[in-house]
Amino acid sequence: MSAALRAEGLSKHFGGFRANDAISLTLAQGARHALIGPNGAGKTTFVNLLTGVYPPSSGEVYLGAERITALSQHRRVQRGLARTFQINSLFAGLTVLESVAIAICQRRGLGGVWAREVRRFPDVEREARELLQRLRLEEEAERETRQLAYGKQRLLEVALGLATHPRVLLLDEPASGIPAAESREMFEVIAALPREVSILFIEHDMDLVFRFAERISVLVAGRLLTEGSPEQVANDARVRQVYLGEALP
Amino acid sequence: MRGSVVRAWQRWRSRAARGALLGPLDVGLWTLPLAGYFVFPDYLVLGSQMLIAGLFALSLDLCLGYAGVVSLGHAAFFGTGAYTAGLLALHGWQEPLSGLAAAAGMAALVGYSTSFLVVDARGLSRLMVTLGIGLLLHEVANRASSVTGGTDGLSGLEPSALLGHFRFELSGKTAYVYCAGVGLSGFVLARRVVQSPFGLALRGVRENASRMPALGVPVRRRLIAVYTLAAALAGVAGALSAQTTAFVGLESLGFERSASVLIMLVLGGTGRLYGAWLGSCAFLLLQQLLSEQSPAFWQFWLGLLVVGISLFARGGLLGVFAQLRAALGARRSRRRPPTSAEAPGHGA
Amino acid sequence: MGILGVVFDGIAYGSLLFLISVGLSVTLGLMNVVNLAHGAFAMFGGYLSVWLTASWGVPFLGTLPLVLGAGAIVGAVAERLLYRRLYAASHLDQVLFTIGLTFMAVATATFFWGPTQQRVALPEFLRGQVEVFGLGLGAYRLFLVGIVIVITLALGAWIEHTRYGAQLRAAVDNPQVSAGLGIPVHRVFSAAFALGSALGALGGALGIELLGLDPNFAFEYLVYFLLVVSVGGAGSMRGTALGALVLGLSDVAGKYYVPELGGFIIYALMIVLLSLFPAGLRGRRA
Repeated sequence: MSAALRAEGLSKHFGGFRANDAISLTLAQGARHALIGPNGAGKTTFVNLLTGVYPPSSGEVYLGAERITALSQHRRVQRGLARTFQINSLFAGLTVLESVAIAICQRRGLGGVWAREVRRFPDVEREARELLQRLRLEEEAERETRQLAYGKQRLLEVALGLATHPRVLLLDEPASGIPAAESREMFEVIAALPREVSILFIEHDMDLVFRFAERISVLVAGRLLTEGSPEQVANDARVRQVYLGEALP
Repeated sequence: MRGSVVRAWQRWRSRAARGALLGPLDVGLWTLPLAGYFVFPDYLVLGSQMLIAGLFALSLDLCLGYAGVVSLGHAAFFGTGAYTAGLLALHGWQEPLSGLAAAAGMAALVGYSTSFLVVDARGLSRLMVTLGIGLLLHEVANRASSVTGGTDGLSGLEPSALLGHFRFELSGKTAYVYCAGVGLSGFVLARRVVQSPFGLALRGVRENASRMPALGVPVRRRLIAVYTLAAALAGVAGALSAQTTAFVGLESLGFERSASVLIMLVLGGTGRLYGAWLGSCAFLLLQQLLSEQSPAFWQFWLGLLVVGISLFARGGLLGVFAQLRAALGARRSRRRPPTSAEAPGHGA
Repeated sequence: MGILGVVFDGIAYGSLLFLISVGLSVTLGLMNVVNLAHGAFAMFGGYLSVWLTASWGVPFLGTLPLVLGAGAIVGAVAERLLYRRLYAASHLDQVLFTIGLTFMAVATATFFWGPTQQRVALPEFLRGQVEVFGLGLGAYRLFLVGIVIVITLALGAWIEHTRYGAQLRAAVDNPQVSAGLGIPVHRVFSAAFALGSALGALGGALGIELLGLDPNFAFEYLVYFLLVVSVGGAGSMRGTALGALVLGLSDVAGKYYVPELGGFIIYALMIVLLSLFPAGLRGRRA
């Protein structure tokens, strides 16, 4: 059985700067896989390569058995690869329900329908409300995004990713900026996701990482330092060196 | 009997609030042109102009107000439609409704072929590309004077009777009803589009274009579609103008036409459909009143108005009305005396 | 007129375009403001020159430094009072604001001078032709190219070798970091805007002989300035120069060799170049 998502030797150079250097990573089916590393290690760049925001300088990306390196962003999403953004990228003037509805309509093939109102598709609204309920956002459904509290906006960010019914979900620091109590709630929501969805999440909060991750990859200066179970990574001297600020050999 | 009428009215209102096609407010607003027919019988020509400009501004609203694509060359499509209808009429095909259809088709074709350039560009480049397309078409029409009549334009277009029965006579009655009918149809179409999943996606593009591909939306395809639709509607407006004024000139393609429709739309308020109509009526009325002094006078005050809008009233007239309504609502709730249940001293 | 004559005319035209457009390139590249009123600044320079020669008897060449100074003052005042509000505004708001300003400027010009073409009397030595290597070149055009070369060299030297020039280059590259380094970015903006307006006004005065001057100038030639900046790349002086030359040469050559097409050529050329180089030929920001 092929992996949910596989990166093979992914590299990205910006001029002379190597943001990502030959990264190979395998996301197993149903995984809860964390990607950690110091700031500037290239984690978001890696996610951008996986999702097709820009093409890699070299390397390949596979979604299941399919090679997706040449596919555009929206086609990858249509194949089941979704991501959320580290800094909220939402629709300020749209309501929570409308934001989610965009993704749902698109997924159901209704995105190009111009002759019937959205309200005429009650399934869309029903699915949207169910999703919002799972993310504890159902009360905010009719609120404009710009009026939401930051924590709720982060949840909406995740909701948008989930609305596309992904097989693989890439979460870029989902709990960033949220106070501790609410971030635990965020991760409970994520932990409650079905195993059909394979998850790779970037996170800085080690508490959360060690609670929810089943496998951890460590990225430093654009390169994969090590990978393994939480215990292995926690006991790895090199990882401790990196996080305590000592120079690498 | 009265009870059932009241209930039906309430049902209609709640359906409209939830997004039905035409609510009581819409029907009310659209009786205004109907009233105009009876109340201002001497001003029907101006009325037709307002309706045509409104439809033109509406087409730009789809592009700009809903998808966020700023165009400085939208007159290219208005002019294309005008010249198509005009040339058809001059060469023997005078049936007005099919002339409209041909104009829409031609404008859509031009819109579609240029949409790729516009959609792929960003920021200043996109602005310049739209400007360039408008200027290019204007220049083409200028040079092809054997076909377009050059600076003299096409005149003496005589549309045949509407629906085989209603002739276009000097009083402008038929023209007015014609424009109102086409305008209403355009509005209904735009309304439908805006309420559809497609319209929702457009608003998403306007709010945050870079997020859309991450939701699986083929942004480019959507923008090409709306740009083509906007071009077609603008072409219809142009054809109406040609048929009702029996004239087509180079100004229908010029930068001034593109700039004025942009101003009309912003004056009324973008992204609200009605803003297009309100802005066009207000603009044309002001123009009528102020250019009686001198054209330069009108131009000066227009400039000042536009500067004012860009600084203080970005939502246009409708935006100002919305702010007033919100302010009045807030003041009313502050002045409302507390009920006995809210008065201090009573337990929670 | 042989091909050399066409090339020379194209260079002269391009130099004029460059002189006027450099200010627009700075405004757009540095401050990210779409300034459609730049044609009005050039027009202001032209009308000021006309007024000085007609009402005050100032010889044409004497008006040039005065126009330069007045342009700088008007630019500085406009930046302080008006343009500063536009830095954070959307492109649409900037377009509207500056179109509105242009309308007001055009109406004012029509009110004071009427809609007819204005003329200036050139001094004797600038009329007629000059023999250069057996070729008869227009004296005024030679003068124009000469002035633009001198100004460009001075500008280039100033930007490369003075502290202010370095601050300007830093601010263009990265305004936030520059501010963090203590560079008074706002003052850099104001000075750059004033300089750009001054050059634009000078170009407007110099352009009376080549392009004519009537109230329509502001809109009619605005397109060309925008073209130069968007094709060459905003914020880059070399790009603007390149764009100006390309457009100047294409326009003159087009009108000479294929007059039936008229302005069609440069509009088409612009669309093609923008599609191939969305950030301009040497641009940094699209």
